[in-house]
Amino acid sequence: MTYMAKALEYAFLYLIFPGFLFSSAMGLLIGWIDRKVTARIQWRVGPPWYQNFIDVLKLLLYKETLVPEGVSKTFFLGMPAVAMASATLVSTIILVINAIPQKGFIGDLIVLVYLLAMPSIALMLGAFASQNPLASLGASREMKLMLSYELPFILSLVVPIMKSGYSIRLGDILIKQANNGSLIGSPSGAISFFVMLLCIQAKLGFVPFDISEAETEIMAGAYIEYSGKALGIFKLAKAIMTFAVPIFLITLYFGGIKFSPVGFIKTILQFILILVLMIVIKNTNPRVRIDQALKFFWGPVALLAVLSVALAYLGY
Amino acid sequence: MGLKEKVLTKSMFVFHLSSGSCNNCDIELLDCLTPRYDLERFGVVLVGSIRHADALLCTGSANRQCMPRIKKIYEQMPKPGFVIAWGACGSSRGLFKDSYNTTEPLDEIIPVDVYIPGCPPKPEAILAGIKKLIDRINSKSKE
Ligand code: SF4
Repeated sequence: MTYMAKALEYAFLYLIFPGFLFSSAMGLLIGWIDRKVTARIQWRVGPPWYQNFIDVLKLLLYKETLVPEGVSKTFFLGMPAVAMASATLVSTIILVINAIPQKGFIGDLIVLVYLLAMPSIALMLGAFASQNPLASLGASREMKLMLSYELPFILSLVVPIMKSGYSIRLGDILIKQANNGSLIGSPSGAISFFVMLLCIQAKLGFVPFDISEAETEIMAGAYIEYSGKALGIFKLAKAIMTFAVPIFLITLYFGGIKFSPVGFIKTILQFILILVLMIVIKNTNPRVRIDQALKFFWGPVALLAVLSVALAYLGY
Repeated sequence: MGLKEKVLTKSMFVFHLSSGSCNNCDIELLDCLTPRYDLERFGVVLVGSIRHADALLCTGSANRQCMPRIKKIYEQMPKPGFVIAWGACGSSRGLFKDSYNTTEPLDEIIPVDVYIPGCPPKPEAILAGIKKLIDRINSKSKE
């Protein structure tokens, strides 16, 4: 009986709140904020708030899903599901641990790092499965991009781990910050936050790092053969990621979501700060080439990450 | 107006196909995305791949080189999909009517849902055309 109750509880957490339903609704709303702010920056009016919901509904409910001839159906249609399942898991784990820091397990940070990489990997595999030359071009770019941003990403992740006394539990990082002030206040934390911000820009596939889906040169790249439901699920996965990743940053650097009234408003402001920073970076930079991205991430950004690790080691 | 029509009319992903246009129509299409006209207000976005599209927007006079490709691209579009014939050329071959190279108008190659006249059409005409397409989707679903 308790087993049943536990399973039901987890199913609720995963599927409804704060998992799939809640996260995707928030993600789509954030997608609208992105589009609206972009439009305002370009002096346009921009779409209404429900635009992204309508887009996804249309793809999920009313559009035909085409599978190219001679393509492995399981792979081609399974990969969007993999992407969405792992994105949902990321957001569920982060939000649940934010609410109840004791609920985590040892090494949940490592699990999160892997899960955060899953949507990109799924996109890559799906694109390779589609047998379209442009899609495989996009997928190979995505792979190179991943190789380039994962290095500084993991390096800067070391800083919160060191600061919390070498613990790889997200809960410990939160508790430590609750006692000692948030990480962003220290020099090493600030630098590593900055590095992280650049890395997630690439992780979410925002301009200037949308190299794998460059619309004007390789025609949506990795997504090129996806249509209907499969495309809609990919869009949902991306929306969930846009919601979960800034929360991940808040958890690591701002001491997590606070549930007191003032703290909650502060959390929302932090979230909006991260989001607007990302959107401004997105709108003021042209797309880079893949070799430029690699040089950028392995050069200056990785050096900054190393610097922040060194500072954290020295105790700053 | 049911959910289906609302969803289809409020979120139009447009794929732009140039079948031998003189390039004026293509430039005029980009005008619609500028701050002055801003088609994104109505949920219209340009997409890079025909697999994502709800509407195939065809500029140009559909010359012989392009004919088989237009057919192929139309078949690759997930249904329900609509076709917009853009400009005098797209609607009726325009000033290339007697050319050896344009033997058939676009609407004899693929079924066309809306025509947007003009050489090139003004952005206002384009907005009117989108309205026509929305009306057509609504009346189609009533049948
Ligand atoms: S309709 Fe006029 S502007 Fe448009 S492609 Fe034809 S000739 Fe050019």
